[in-house]
Amino acid sequence: MNGTLSQALKDRIAGLAAGYPEPAAGLLPVLHLVQAEMGWIPPEAEREVAEILGLRSIQVREAVTFYSLFRHRPGGRHHVRVCRALSCTLRGSEPVWRRLRERLGIRSGETTPDGRISLEEVECLGNCDNAPCVLIDFEEHARVTPDEIDRILEGLD
Amino acid sequence: MKAPVKLKTVKALEQAVEAQKKLRQADKKPVLTVSAGTCGQARGALKVVEALQTALKKAKLDKKVKIRVTGCHGFCEAEPNVLVHPHDLFYQKVDPANADTIVLETLKKNRTIKALLYKDPVTGKTAPREKAIPFYKKQRRVVLGDNALIDPTQIDDYLAIGGYGALAKVLGKMTPEAVIAEVKTAGLRGRGGAGFPTGVKWEMARSQKGTPKYIICNADEGDPGAYMDRSLLEGNPHRVLEGMLIGGFAIGACEGIIFVRDEYPLAVKHVSLAVEELRKRGLLGSDILGTGFSFDIRIVKGAGAFVCGEETALIASIEGLVGEPRQRPPFPAEKGLNGKPTVINNVETWGNVPLILGKGGAWYAKIGTEKSKGTKIFSLVGKINNTGLVEVPMGTTLREIIFDIGGGIPGGRKFKAVQTGGPSGGCLPTSKLDLPIDYESLTAASAIMGSGGMIVMDDKTCMVDIAKYFLNFLRDESCGKCVSCREGTQRMYEIVTRISEGKGKVGDIELLEELAAAVKDASMCNLGITAANPILSTLRYFKREYEAHIKEKRCPAGVCKSLIRFTVLPDKCTGCLACKRACPNDCIHGTLREVHNIDQEKCIKCGACYEACRFEAVEAQRDEAIVILEGVK
Ligand SMILES: Cc1cc2nc3c(=O)[nH]c(=O)nc-3n(C[C@H](O)[C@H](O)[C@H](O)COP(=O)(O)O)c2cc1C
Ligand code: SF4
Ligand code: SF4
Ligand code: FES
Repeated sequence: MNGTLSQALKDRIAGLAAGYPEPAAGLLPVLHLVQAEMGWIPPEAEREVAEILGLRSIQVREAVTFYSLFRHRPGGRHHVRVCRALSCTLRGSEPVWRRLRERLGIRSGETTPDGRISLEEVECLGNCDNAPCVLIDFEEHARVTPDEIDRILEGLD
Repeated sequence: MKAPVKLKTVKALEQAVEAQKKLRQADKKPVLTVSAGTCGQARGALKVVEALQTALKKAKLDKKVKIRVTGCHGFCEAEPNVLVHPHDLFYQKVDPANADTIVLETLKKNRTIKALLYKDPVTGKTAPREKAIPFYKKQRRVVLGDNALIDPTQIDDYLAIGGYGALAKVLGKMTPEAVIAEVKTAGLRGRGGAGFPTGVKWEMARSQKGTPKYIICNADEGDPGAYMDRSLLEGNPHRVLEGMLIGGFAIGACEGIIFVRDEYPLAVKHVSLAVEELRKRGLLGSDILGTGFSFDIRIVKGAGAFVCGEETALIASIEGLVGEPRQRPPFPAEKGLNGKPTVINNVETWGNVPLILGKGGAWYAKIGTEKSKGTKIFSLVGKINNTGLVEVPMGTTLREIIFDIGGGIPGGRKFKAVQTGGPSGGCLPTSKLDLPIDYESLTAASAIMGSGGMIVMDDKTCMVDIAKYFLNFLRDESCGKCVSCREGTQRMYEIVTRISEGKGKVGDIELLEELAAAVKDASMCNLGITAANPILSTLRYFKREYEAHIKEKRCPAGVCKSLIRFTVLPDKCTGCLACKRACPNDCIHGTLREVHNIDQEKCIKCGACYEACRFEAVEAQRDEAIVILEGVK
């Protein structure tokens, strides 16, 4: 996989960064942009981001590894996030989680070999009234049951 | 539509508010209000909106009836709900299929649809109006209540309920000092956790010499179980922005930053729209309303690190650094963003500010208790009948919140504990139900107010397991800078895990207490300082449960897997098949109306059968194998 930034993306990054008086202040917004466009943040992209912002590569690396939202490995076409926080656990996220792992044959942080789905356990998604809740890409699924998981998975390409 | 006019004077803003108020009063059209925050949308609210639009068109009423799409109304249990005005009806759990009936029956024929009304699970009585529903009765929704009145994407809706009136008053008639004095009179304290007096913080920042000054809105809401900030930002972004404008003026700041979780896409969208709208109307930018006050707001998205909710870590994060806390003092009010004086407040704190300046600090100070003023929004979640957001005056008791408003515990089970304050908080037992809650009372009871998450637990919850959950959370989220926090949370987690596996030793409780004290003393930020709270509060109120795990190798609640085996009690089993259906591993044998049986070899101890049985026929027994093992050693 080619991990370098396209010229168009480089231009957008430079444009975005120009809005900040301190170059470092643009780092989080820029990393969000790169991930939104590329699905993850490849090492080559880290270096290029550092160059455009005038930061040291290590500074970008640190940010990418510190913040759990940034992915330093490519993800699947769909990103399934399961809330494993307390309210969801109390309302049955465990069986949902187990069903997902069984059906996909992967663990948290992994991607199915066909590149279709990556699975992730997450802390509270702020949707506790709909516990247990599962976030698929940017769609919230409320009060999910194990049987619904089967149906939801079928609907993903 | 006309391009919005840029407002150039305070008078023009006042007139705009009055004009919108009049427009709304004069508008006699019926309104269908659909609650469509993240919670409503996840349950299909937007499909309901679409269906209502189609139904109105079919009935040729689309020009005569207004549909208002709003944020969350708090009663998440009843989502998606539709309010019908002027009929004053509250329809709950509405399905797109109900749209035609609502239009034809209620709007055309003035008939109430009984099937859509709230029904009290205890008395079976229906309640047509919001006010008659027990969930709303004891609440005082001075902050969150407006969510139901406005479309958050329409600034005119906010103006129509008097929004930005407080800003007009501040910019037109008040000095920054007078604004701060008003906030002090109100007695407002931070809603983000520690309860620091807001006016004092503002005064500290105002008195600093350094410029420029900044203000920050902390919308990083990370406590498990808390989502009131999301709901407020999503459902009423202008309320928060008005608070920030007033704060910026009071402190003499030039810029405000909203730091919001990336997991809140709808909040990001609504608040971004609102900021754009303010710029267009001339309420952000240079020389606002010709008063010489220049102020702008930008939005920064977080990137998933719980510790970034801590103010110094959050500031580092905005600066593009790794989000680790730093030593305080200096406090952000002295040296914050870019080393300049910075006031950082929570979303709900900002949301209270327009109310105080609008109605006066003295008015505000009448709500609440002696030291904790105003209302507090709690998210009531977990094992509770009415999940949702609850806004009550400070001083309301836990019992009122959990039983009167929350409707008690589902499935006929018993209340065991409520967890408040997130990972820094604690678990309170039945004996504390009559505690009137405010900052001080909660702290004295080994819990804290925190940001307002209230996770209710029933008698099938194991408190050792809960402590383990929080310690796991904290060891994961510790940024690792302080050894005490990094190693201490890890050690405590290991000990509690051992206890939950039946490998606990006499002396473990004392060891936990010692570690707790060490972590508290030697850690820098509140994550570490308060990391032992979940342990200390469960030890204080549920010590016997720990002892049962340690000495008797028994989990009384039947949760800790290593300590239990599930069996069916023949004399209680009705052969209803519920457990068999719930079992993911096909290890329950039995046919209808026959006593069921669990194949212990295959059982993975998930507890699904235990949860599913309505006759208490599945028992979580102490696993004798462990006792024997211990005996050999
Ligand atoms: C680990 C940690 C996480 C925190 N998370 C939040 C948060 O998500 N939201 C928040 O408003 N305050 C949070 N705080 C509290 C902030 O540090 C700060 O006190 C607060 O934003 C100040 O606002 P207030 O005075 O209006 O409460 C957190 C503190 C710690 C130690
Ligand atoms: S107390 Fe914990 S989270 Fe806070 S700075 Fe120290 S290591 Fe980091
Ligand atoms: S505990 Fe789980 S696996 Fe075991 S019998 Fe019950 S439902 Fe089946
Ligand atoms: S606990 Fe799962 S969304 Fe909050």
